Amino acid sequence: MNCIEARGLRKSYGATVALDGVDLSIPEGRIVGLIGLNGAGKTTALHAILGLTPYQGGLRVLGLDPWTQRDLLTRDVCFIADVAVLPRWLCVSQAVDYVAGVHPRFDRGKAERFLARTVIKPHSRVGELSKGMVAQLHLALVMAIDARLLVLDEPTLGLDILYRKQFYESLLTDYFDATRTILVTTHQVEEVQNILTDVLFIDRGRIVFNRAMDDLESSCSEVEVAPQHLAAARSLHPVHEREILGRRIFLFDGVNRRELAALGDVHTPSLADLFIATIGNQAYAAPSLPSQPDAQPNSAQGVAQ
Amino acid sequence: MTTPSTATTAAAPRAHAIPRHISAARCFYWSLLREFWEHRALYIVPSVVAALVLAGFLLGAVRLREMVRAGLNLDAAHQLANVQMAFSSVALAMMGVTFIVAFFYSLSALQSDRRDRSILFWKSMPVSDVITVLSKATIPIVFIPLITFVVTVITQWILLLLMSAVLVGTGFNVALLWTQFFLGPMWLMLLYHLLTVHALWYAPIFGYLLLVSAWSRRGAFLWATVPPTVIVIVERIAFNTHYFSNFLAYRFHAGPEGGISPNLLFMAPMSNLTPLQFLWSTGLWDGLALTAVFLTGAVLLRRYRGVTTS
Repeated sequence: MNCIEARGLRKSYGATVALDGVDLSIPEGRIVGLIGLNGAGKTTALHAILGLTPYQGGLRVLGLDPWTQRDLLTRDVCFIADVAVLPRWLCVSQAVDYVAGVHPRFDRGKAERFLARTVIKPHSRVGELSKGMVAQLHLALVMAIDARLLVLDEPTLGLDILYRKQFYESLLTDYFDATRTILVTTHQVEEVQNILTDVLFIDRGRIVFNRAMDDLESSCSEVEVAPQHLAAARSLHPVHEREILGRRIFLFDGVNRRELAALGDVHTPSLADLFIATIGNQAYAAPSLPSQPDAQPNSAQGVAQ
Repeated sequence: MTTPSTATTAAAPRAHAIPRHISAARCFYWSLLREFWEHRALYIVPSVVAALVLAGFLLGAVRLREMVRAGLNLDAAHQLANVQMAFSSVALAMMGVTFIVAFFYSLSALQSDRRDRSILFWKSMPVSDVITVLSKATIPIVFIPLITFVVTVITQWILLLLMSAVLVGTGFNVALLWTQFFLGPMWLMLLYHLLTVHALWYAPIFGYLLLVSAWSRRGAFLWATVPPTVIVIVERIAFNTHYFSNFLAYRFHAGPEGGISPNLLFMAPMSNLTPLQFLWSTGLWDGLALTAVFLTGAVLLRRYRGVTTS
C-alpha cells in the first residue's frame, strides 16, 4: 500500500487554483521533498493530506480519506508546521504531559531522553525559549510518537545553521526507518538534498517533476559545454541552458553520460539548479503567462534559495 | 486497512506497536486541563477578587466596630439582615466578575490559537474538533460557575471568621452570627442560582460567543456585540418593535428565576425555589437547543474555516 496516493487532487480558493490536478504515489519508507515557489501549492497539498482542508479528487493517506477520516488518521500522522507553532504560554513539562495524555502512540520516556540532550528546562515556557529550542522541543515531541507519516512544512525556517543541521540529523539517526515516511517542504533545498530519497517539484498546483534521487543521479546531467560543441549540445534537447561568466551550462535529462562527455565536463546537477531549470522552463513556456520580453529561463533563480 | 499493508508492517524491521487505547473521556480531560493551563485568569481573577474583598473588610473593620456600636439599639433581626447583606454582596461581586471572565474567555477560546497559529499544533494531535469545542464550552458553562461557588464559599467562610474576630468586644452578640445566621442555606441558594442561571440559562450566551470566536478572524468583541446592537436599533427604527431587545433582555434577566431580586435570592427561604417550574419553562429548553445549534456551528467552523486567521 502506498502511504500517500493522490489522483487528480484539486483545490481552489475562490478564483485562485491552489492544486490543479495533482497525481502522486508515495510508497512507505521514503523521505520525499516537495519543492516549489511560494504560492505553488505546497502548503495546500500538505493541508489536504493532513485533512485540514477539504478538496476535490481522490486522496488516500495510509488507506484513509484524510478529510472524512481525519480523527483516525491523526493517530498515525505527525505534523510540524513551520517553526514556533507551539503556543507561548505552554510549559515544556505541560507539553509532554499533554501529548502523553492524548496520543496513543507517544512514548514519554523517549521524549524525555531527547529533551535531556538539549538545554531546555522542563519548567520553561515556550515563550522563553529561543526559536531553535522551540524547534527542538517540537521535534522531541514528534519523534517520540510512533507515527507512520511525518509531514514537515518548512520545519527549519528561520533557524540558524547549527539547529538546522541538527534537526535533520536527529530525524535521520533517531527516527527514520523503513516503516516510516517523511514528507518535507522547504526552501533550503541544499540542506535536504542529501537526505531525500525522492523529490517532487510543484508549480502552480501541479507536480512538474517527480524522481527518485537515485534515478536523478543517473539520468540528469549538467554539462559545461565547450564553445565549439554548442550546436551539438542543443541538438540533444537540453532541458535548460544558461550562461555563467561566459561559460555555457546545459542541463540534460535522460541523455547518456558517455555521449555528453564529448561535449565538456559532466556533473550531477544540484537540486537547486534542477529546480530552477524545471520551474524556470515552465514559467517561460507557460502559455497562460503574460508575455515577458526579458524573461530568461533562469529568471526564477532568486527565489529558490 | 488492507491485508498486504498489515503484512508489510509486520515484516518491517520495527513493527509499530499496537497503540494503547485513549478514550474520548481522557482526551476531553486533557483538553480541559489545557484550558486551565492557558487561561490562568479562570482561577486567578476570582481569587484576587476574594483577596480584595477580605482585605477591604479588614481595612473597614474599625469603621465596622463603630457602626455596630452605633447600631446596637437595632434589634437582632436587623443586625442579621445587615450581615446577610454583606455576605450577599460578596456573592454578587464574585458572580459579576466571573461572568465577565466567562464572557472574554468564550470570545477568545476558538480564536487565539488561530491567531498565534498554534492551532497547527493542536490539530496535529488526535483530538477531534467536537472534543475541542465541547471542552471549551464546558469552561464557561460548568467550571466557571463551580469556581465561583467554591471561591465564594471559602471567602464567605473566612469573612464570617474575620467578622466574629472583629466584633468580639463590641457588645455585638457574636454567638448570634454562629447560631442564627446559617451560611448553609445561603450556599445552597447560591449553588441553585449558579446552576440554573449561570450554567443552564446563560448557556446560549456562551454558545453564541464561542460561535463568534470560531468565526471571526479578529475583533471578536465587536463581532459579538455590534450585530445584536444594530438589530435592536434597526428593529426599533424600521418597525418600532422590541422583539429582539425583549428576547435579549429575557435571556440576560435570567428567565423565570430572575424575578427573584438578588437580596431575596440569598435571604429567601428555600421554599422560594421552584425547580420544577424552572425545568418546565420553555425558555430553558429553547436556550439549550440554541446552545446546541451554536456549538455545532462552532465545530463546523473549526473544521472548515481552516487553520489560520489570515
